[in-house]
Parts: sequence; structure tokens; C-alpha cells
Amino acid sequence: MALSREQLAQRVAKELKDGYYVNLGIGIPTLVANYVPEGIEVMLQSENGLLGMGQFPTEDEIDADLINAGKQTVTMATGASIFNSADSFAMIRGGHVDLTVLGAFEVDSQGSIASYMIPGKLIKGMGGAMDLVAGADNIIVTMTHASKHGVSKLLSECTLPLTGKGCIKKVLTDLAFIEIKAGKFHLLERAPGVSVEEIIKLTAGELVVPEHVPEMQF
Amino acid sequence: MSGFNKVVGSYEEAMTGLTDGMTIIAGGFGLCGIPENLIKEIKRKGTKNLTVVSNNCGTTDHGLGVLLLERQIKKMVASYVGENANFEAQMMAGELDVELTPQGTLAEKIRAGGAGIPAFYTATGFGTPVAEGKEVREFNGRKYILEEAVTGDFALVKAWKADTYGNLVFRKTARNFNPMVATAGKITVVEVEEIVQPGELDPDEIHTPGIYVNRLIQGSFEKTIEQRTIRSNQ
Repeated sequence: MALSREQLAQRVAKELKDGYYVNLGIGIPTLVANYVPEGIEVMLQSENGLLGMGQFPTEDEIDADLINAGKQTVTMATGASIFNSADSFAMIRGGHVDLTVLGAFEVDSQGSIASYMIPGKLIKGMGGAMDLVAGADNIIVTMTHASKHGVSKLLSECTLPLTGKGCIKKVLTDLAFIEIKAGKFHLLERAPGVSVEEIIKLTAGELVVPEHVPEMQF
Repeated sequence: MSGFNKVVGSYEEAMTGLTDGMTIIAGGFGLCGIPENLIKEIKRKGTKNLTVVSNNCGTTDHGLGVLLLERQIKKMVASYVGENANFEAQMMAGELDVELTPQGTLAEKIRAGGAGIPAFYTATGFGTPVAEGKEVREFNGRKYILEEAVTGDFALVKAWKADTYGNLVFRKTARNFNPMVATAGKITVVEVEEIVQPGELDPDEIHTPGIYVNRLIQGSFEKTIEQRTIRSNQ
């Protein structure tokens, strides 16, 4: 079975370590905050200028001056800090954020990522994604392995305009956890009940498959 | 106006001197911390062919979006424009010039503009469409692109509190781009929720010193929320 959005978030959450400062992108990455393992502390960075993002507010706590990068109303965790956008991106571009999780349309075996634009179709802009992928060393991309029509999103070369070149090392899809090394995809784990054959079939770029591919643990 | 007193009497006065074809830099992230009344004054004035530099372009009927509705914007420099149907339509029709700029690069371009730094190198955008036509230089084995600073004829800022000298305090994430924007205008206009007398703000607490501020006005704000998300009251 392909992973649900919640399971994707749960698997990413296993990569969190105590004391990590983490930036979570919009969508599935945001859900990771719900699965922080017990006994560890992480602080969430929101690139609009908040370190220590808390949970959503109650009706009484809503404050129009306090939002996250997805423009959702939020609260501040204990020990939070507020700063301007230049300081926020100094944290990001200066490599101070320990883990970045973001979505994508395509990733290729060179580690390039396309996530912000489908020419002639979707014009939204890159927001902070280009800064995040250029500035962070530890990035996990979460996305579906293939489109609804079975077209692979793990390619030998991205077809869409790039968000970043040669910067992605880890991809978690609904079918597999994959590492990118030396111009190839390497299969690390498979989703429970998903066969290696299915993953091979839906991976367009070169995929290195070890003899034993463990199922993901949650 | 006398001495260091920056307070003006009306929004009309606050935006005096804005003419067709000028460049405006505006603070705000989404609809949070936007100079909403200054934007409405530009709509009222009907100034056209504006170049607007801001992280977003409002929503269809709020913030900078109202200037799009009136077709007052010729060119938009922004990082994310996803919440505005008009934007996409005008861009696709070739009526609106758009320069999509990574958010951190945008913040730094404005910061640099205000600090007298003409350009800077950044890894952000290397190898992407953003790098097209830009100088590439290698430092310590990594490639960077040259990004130029921006300044505006007018810089529009929303702060929480100010003293009459234009010393500013921002509130929560409504700070965002506003402190950099305040530094990057030939004329910086600030609207706030409260104006106090000099000496009433603790100098240690001031986010933006009054030297950057030319005009100051107190207004009342709608503060529209884009994504109202709540948790249940448990």
C-alpha cells in the first residue's frame, strides 16, 4: 500500500533529532509537526520570521499578526523568537537550519528539484523554496512517486524549471525512501506491502536496488 | 512638520509626490503586516504604470491586489503570487510584467538597497531560471549568482507603534519585510496603530530607528486573515 499523507509525515518525523531547528514546507511537510517523537525537542522555523512555531490557536487566541509561512494563523511555542525576513533567510542561507522538509513536482538523479512552476499552467512563485534548497544541507523531499497517470516523478533529468540544482540527497515518496548519491537513486526502504518491482517500474531515473530492501517502520 | 517630527495629517499628504511610473517597495507577508491604507490611497489617487516590489501581491480584493484590479501595476517583483486570480490572468495575457524572485534574495535585495550595497552573490537560484543573464562566480568550489539591490521611489511600511520621530516597533510576524523596506525608499512612509511621544519607547526595543522614516501616520486596520486555522478548545 502506498503511504498516506499521515504516514509520509510519520516517516519523516523519524528523522528528527533532539535539538533540531526544522523548516517544514507547506502541505505534507507541515503534518510532520504532529509526529515529533516523544522525549525529543525540536523547534520549527517559519520563514516569514518565527522560530518556535506553536500549534494552531484556539478561537480566543487568534491573532492576525501571527501567521506561518502558509499564511495560517498559529501560536508561538515557549522560547519562540520573532525576526525580520532578512534575518530569517540568514538562518536559512547561512546553513543554520538542521533539517528542511519540502514538497516537489520532480526530482532527478543529479539531485535537482523542480517544485515551483509548470510553464503555461501554474504560476505561483518559488517563495522561500529556492533559498531553502540552496542553503540547507539536510533536506528531505516528500512527494508522490508518480502522477495519477503513472508517470514517474523521479527522473534522470527534471523536465520542469528547476528550484535548485544538485542539492537534494533524500526523497521520501508514498512508495519508497530513496537516497541520491553519485548521480543515481538508491533504494533504502519500501512502503509496507509495496514491491521492489513496482518501485522500479515507477522510477524513470537510474535506481540502484540492494539485495534486501527493508519495509519502512513507523 | 518640524525638527524630527515625521507625523503627517492625512493619507493624501502621506502619499504626496507619487507619480505614474514610479517604483514602490511595500512590506508585508501575505496580508500580514501590509500597509493597507497606504495601498488604498494609491488606488484612490489612480497612479498608473507602477513597479511594485513586495513579497506577495495581496489577494484578489485585498492588499496590493486592489491595485491589480485597477490595472495600476505595470511590473511586479515578488516571490509568491499564488493567492490572486487576477495576477495569473494578467500575467498570462502579457499585461503584467513579473519578476519572480526567491524570498530570501528579495529580502536581501531590499536590505542591500537600503544599506548602500549595489549587489551581492548568493547560491540561491543558481542553475535555475532565476540565474538567467546573471553573472556566475565561484567561491570555495561553489557557484553563486550576482543579484542586484533594489530601492524604491516610495517605501511603504506598516508598523505597530511609533514615536513621532519615526522610531518603529513591529508586532509578531507582521514585522516580516517591513524593517528592510523602511530602509530602501527615497521617501519612506509608515503607517502605525499608535503614535507616542519621543522617550516613551525604550530605545532597546526599537526595531527601526527613525532616521529611515520620512512620513508617519496613524491609521486603523482591517487585518484580514487569509487562512483562519484553529484547534478545538480542549
